[in-house]
Amino acid sequence: MRKLILITIALVIFTLPAFGQEEELPIVVTASDHNWDGGDKIDLKWELPQDIGENVATFKIYRSNTTDEINAIIKDKKSKAVKDAKEAVTKRLIENAEKEGVSKDDKGLLQRIRDERKSVADNASQDITDREGDIRAESEFKFLTVAGKNETTFTVEKLEGDIAYSFKILALDKDGNILLSGITDKSISPVAQSFDGSRFFLGIITLILCFSVVWFIQMARRGKPLKVRKIAGLEAVDEAVGRATEMGRSILFVPGIQDMNEIQTIAGLTVLSRVARTAANYDATLEVPTSRSLVMSAARETVQASYLSAGRPDAFNQDLIYYVTDEQFGYVAHLSGRMVREKPAACFYMGAFFAESLILAETGNSIGAIQVAGTAMPAQLPFFVAACDYTLIGEEFFAASAYLSGEPEQLGSLKGQDVGKVIVGVVMIIGITVATIGAITGSEAMMNMLQFIKSTVLG
Amino acid sequence: MKRTVPLLITAFGGFVLIIAYFIPATQGWGETVAIWFDVLASIAFILGGANLLKIHLKKMSDRQSGWGFSAVTVSAFLITLTVGLAKVGVHPSLNFPDYTWSGSYREMGSPFWWLYEYAFKPLTATMFAMLAFYVASAAFRAFRAKNIEAILLLGTAFIILLGRTFAGVFLTSWLPDSLSGLRIENLTVTIMQVFNTAGNRAIMIGIALGIASTSLKVLLGVDRSYLGGGED
Amino acid sequence: MYDKLKNLDRRWIFLLMFLSVAIPIIIIGITGQSFPEKPTDLAYSTFNAIEDLKPGDKVLLSFDFDPASEGELGPMATAFTYHCAANELNMYFMALWPVGPQMIDNAIENVIKKDFPDLVYGEDYVNLGFKSGGEGVIKVIVTDFLELFSTDAKGTPFNDIPMNKEISSVQDMDLVINISAGSAGTKEWVQYAVTPYPDEITLVAGCTGVQAPLLYPYIPEQLPGLLGAIKGAAEYEKLVFDKYYRDEGKVVPGRYQEGVRRMGPQLVAHLLMILLIIAGNFIYFVEKKRGVQ
Repeated sequence: MRKLILITIALVIFTLPAFGQEEELPIVVTASDHNWDGGDKIDLKWELPQDIGENVATFKIYRSNTTDEINAIIKDKKSKAVKDAKEAVTKRLIENAEKEGVSKDDKGLLQRIRDERKSVADNASQDITDREGDIRAESEFKFLTVAGKNETTFTVEKLEGDIAYSFKILALDKDGNILLSGITDKSISPVAQSFDGSRFFLGIITLILCFSVVWFIQMARRGKPLKVRKIAGLEAVDEAVGRATEMGRSILFVPGIQDMNEIQTIAGLTVLSRVARTAANYDATLEVPTSRSLVMSAARETVQASYLSAGRPDAFNQDLIYYVTDEQFGYVAHLSGRMVREKPAACFYMGAFFAESLILAETGNSIGAIQVAGTAMPAQLPFFVAACDYTLIGEEFFAASAYLSGEPEQLGSLKGQDVGKVIVGVVMIIGITVATIGAITGSEAMMNMLQFIKSTVLG
Repeated sequence: MKRTVPLLITAFGGFVLIIAYFIPATQGWGETVAIWFDVLASIAFILGGANLLKIHLKKMSDRQSGWGFSAVTVSAFLITLTVGLAKVGVHPSLNFPDYTWSGSYREMGSPFWWLYEYAFKPLTATMFAMLAFYVASAAFRAFRAKNIEAILLLGTAFIILLGRTFAGVFLTSWLPDSLSGLRIENLTVTIMQVFNTAGNRAIMIGIALGIASTSLKVLLGVDRSYLGGGED
Repeated sequence: MYDKLKNLDRRWIFLLMFLSVAIPIIIIGITGQSFPEKPTDLAYSTFNAIEDLKPGDKVLLSFDFDPASEGELGPMATAFTYHCAANELNMYFMALWPVGPQMIDNAIENVIKKDFPDLVYGEDYVNLGFKSGGEGVIKVIVTDFLELFSTDAKGTPFNDIPMNKEISSVQDMDLVINISAGSAGTKEWVQYAVTPYPDEITLVAGCTGVQAPLLYPYIPEQLPGLLGAIKGAAEYEKLVFDKYYRDEGKVVPGRYQEGVRRMGPQLVAHLLMILLIIAGNFIYFVEKKRGVQ
């Protein structure tokens, strides 16, 4: 009986803690490949056990170091340890030498320093080598970032595609104490997709737009007549050049202040080729100061070819197409001075402009020049409209080349561009209708559809 | 051949970059090409700088009208280039005291800093400030109420001009809270956020389509004027 | 009257504009008085975006402007720097424009060194300098600073600066403040930083008056706060220096009142513009009437 009581008491004593403690549940961490990427991202998701979340202040996210990274860490530790050891022994020996009154240049001292530095370097390096196992274990995971207490997902970036990674999450309280941890069950490697699905609809719209432009170019080549509305500014090009010729004054053409990587500059140069050909036909002087060196080169080629095609290669003077300065206000100061002194009869401003647009236009106005401007900078359009005789607004500027050439192929591209406007209009009407109905009725289906249009179709 | 090779390069490069945009592994190619362009543009500056010197030196030697301005241009160009490149008057960096040219070219008190602070800065500020005068003369000359749209435009202009100053607040502060939307400063915000935004968006959509179409014309070789001429 | 106005030499208009700007500046300079400012919602949003940060939070200040626009944007830059320093935020300065570093130097000299001499370079603020490439720079630094900014503006390696150890990309910043005069500027920050990482990056900005209409479509989702032109700067100055000076009974130094002071000339110049528009239309209607008769 006594034995039975003792056994019972022992059982209670040893099993009581198990009844008193709750089993500690880890954080459940899952990792999956990130969609539509180049094989360098993994999505993490974690779940806390219930009733623990209240104490959690932050999460710390770690990923496993690759073998190369761990080797690099060991190598760095070794270098640092060697460097620190060498510096310490050098400092100690020099201090001792100073106390003993030995000169720093003493050969014996220098030899001792060299020998001891080598010895401590070897020892320090060996020490790291001996501890390599421990260092590898310490460096298994690399800290990435901190996430807020309400976050449950994170996308890890800049991973290498052919390496398997594990991930660790630590849940910390407000004092930084670790409450819980979790590691992914298995390693995962990021996989590269060959197509970015998030841009699927953009791709479809791009294809439709490209197809429509090509289609209408083909229709135009087959002789289908295409009507384009009159653009007053472009009708005035001949008039402006003719006026300059009559007055015996020059034509000034400003192709904007941006470089050749800006589509407006290219559009400006296409207009320049037409203006140059007209100037060559009328035997007018055409001056083209540029703000970029590459634009100067391209403008020279353009104007020279135009003069050649007009049968006036002898009239081409490359010194009239010159570089001024990249600096915005230095450029416009030159242009203003030139306009006031030379008084060109016609001024063309075709390209990308910024704050200098009004200075140019007003100066041109003050000298009585006929001014034709074209730009796709919405902020500068009002200044040109106010101060110039004719202004090509936005897409009229891009249509200029097609309009001036009159070639059916180029006019066909204008028609194709209009298909894009139809697509935009249709999407806008659908979106506005859905948003309005959703806002009025509170329909979840409508709001979901709106969200789909905004985040998926429109990217 | 002279135009065929550039056309092929343009078409190949353009279409590859368009397709690369949709393939995750190659989405960074566009930025790489942008960096190549920066390198090209920097090298091209040598061409522009040489052209600048040539034109202005010729003007000076021929004593053409305005050659004095050319002399100023060439002097300013050469002085700034020399002072900046040679880091004239710049002390070595404290991190690298043994290297004469380790200091910052913008060190306060150095000649380059002086040129920036007392020549470049006032000149550019002056040019920008001239806009105020030109806006006034443009307003006097061009803002006429010729039709209904112009009248609406002028009315809006008056509201914005007043709303962006204390005058707007002063003129309509007496309006009760129920009519606070009609206070000039609030009308200004409404005009900017609603009407102006709508108009800008429409222009931006048109511009974006124009850019797409022009780019396609250039890539397909339909428009070759930027290469020089229109026909072969 | 009609004949005088019709044949008016535009140099008289220039003179009127000069006087309408000069006289208020002189009067304000002598009297020290300026017009009261009433901050708008956007100024409050911008102010609160910084005010809500905690000491030690990281702020990236990108000074993308030049001396030409210093008149509009300089007061904003000063006020932003003061606000961040007063809130004990860690400031990371950078520039996408070649002359942006000079603007940073001005802010550091005129604000930090004068009013916050205890702030330590490398621990409380750092100047990362200028990087060329415009929006290309933004695209890179949203994921990796070190790829482009391997050193700070003085040549110190990036990782040797104590406060840089906490950051690897723009996403680690608690707030991005951009002061922009054109391209590359606020629009590029919205397109290439905020839009791809809307939850990680918060952006407030100050811009020139001409740019502001183009940025309104981004408010408030991608751009919670925007200061437009000198008016925005004046409103923001009022908020900041009311809190840190006037509410404590201190006199605001002159260098922190530039925005508010410049509203005086703006008021008179705008009234002149209205007068000129009315005069121009007077000429038009008289001409039209005479033409009809």
